[in-house]
Amino acid sequence: MQRTTMDLWVGFFVTAGVAALMVLSLKVGNLNAYNPSQSYIITGNFENIGGLKVRAPVKSAGVVVGRVTDIQFSTQTYDAVVTMSMDSRFTFPTDTFASILTSGLLGEQYIGLAAGGDETMLKNGDKVMKTNSAMVLEELIGRFLFNKAAEE
Amino acid sequence: MSRHILSAIQNIGHRAIESIWRLGHASRFFVLVLLKSGTSLRRFNLVIRELYFTGVLSLIIIVVSGLFVGMVLGLQGYETLQKYGSESAVGTLVALSLVRELGPVVAALLFASRAGSAITAEIGLMKATEQLAAMGMMAVDPVARVVAPRFWAGVISMPFLAAIFSVMGVYGGYLVTVVFIGVDEGTYWSQMQSAVDFRFDILNGFIKSCFFGVAVTAIAVFEGYDAPPTAEGVSGATTRTVVTSSLVILGLDFILTAFMFRGVS
Repeated sequence: MQRTTMDLWVGFFVTAGVAALMVLSLKVGNLNAYNPSQSYIITGNFENIGGLKVRAPVKSAGVVVGRVTDIQFSTQTYDAVVTMSMDSRFTFPTDTFASILTSGLLGEQYIGLAAGGDETMLKNGDKVMKTNSAMVLEELIGRFLFNKAAEE
Repeated sequence: MSRHILSAIQNIGHRAIESIWRLGHASRFFVLVLLKSGTSLRRFNLVIRELYFTGVLSLIIIVVSGLFVGMVLGLQGYETLQKYGSESAVGTLVALSLVRELGPVVAALLFASRAGSAITAEIGLMKATEQLAAMGMMAVDPVARVVAPRFWAGVISMPFLAAIFSVMGVYGGYLVTVVFIGVDEGTYWSQMQSAVDFRFDILNGFIKSCFFGVAVTAIAVFEGYDAPPTAEGVSGATTRTVVTSSLVILGLDFILTAFMFRGVS
């Protein structure tokens, strides 16, 4: 079979296509930043999750250490069970404090982890015992008005 | 008067039955092409030749329009976002709209009008000049020799073209917002990378473009093969290819989007 200039152009085209896919996944997407294959799962019960959504980041000291993979409602305890997939490079003590925070004034909600001082670390399938609910604006305003009324 | 109404109703019924007939014929032809594509995959140089005509020659229109679509997205996105003081999110806006929707859809629309119409016209003209019948006389199966390589070349080149379109668009947006307007370069990329997910956004966009590639080329080869063997018939078939595949792309896009991104924020 003879090689032709057409083959060269087709080779160039396929290379450009594969290169474009590489650029999309590495430069535009976050394939290199977070590898979910090496991860462990932890859960936490929250009284109120506010506007937390699946795929929201889990951050500690502002660094993304995991993602929310599932949110379920438990009829036993009547609260929300949030499942988080954590990067296995980062381990946290068992008395870690998990709270739902908001980035900026109108930004997305995420889970913030504040490490405790325990010796044992959270393992795959463990549960975070200390949780703090999302801030709900109506409740805050209600409490503020209630305090004002009590003062007078 | 009643005769006119009756004939109008008859006409509607005739057209409905005719289009269902054609749909069935097209599905049967699609299966036939798939069954006979073994030969064209063994003789891969036939597919490479067609890759040159469908892929390489579509490259220039894809690159140029991708660049301009990205530039317009960057400009419009910046104008709107800066009212809320969040012009740093312009990278996210450009990348997500390109990777999820505009990349696959606009690239497929351009591909249908650039390559799909050419495929239809070529096969239709081969049929009108009785080249296909002559091949049959020489015991060369025209579906395996002419149709299947064109079909596979289209299916292979479509995802590549969509990816190239998206990348050009992202760099077009970069050119306008970072280089011309002066949004911070680091924020442009980092906001984009934190928002675009590989599996949810890029892989789903890739799957979309694969579906569009199959749909556009299947329509193009069928219209060409089914065209009435006259000059008028070929021109009508070419028009139908562009119209039908554009409608199918947009309809299919809605269905795929509903499946892929429903319930995902």
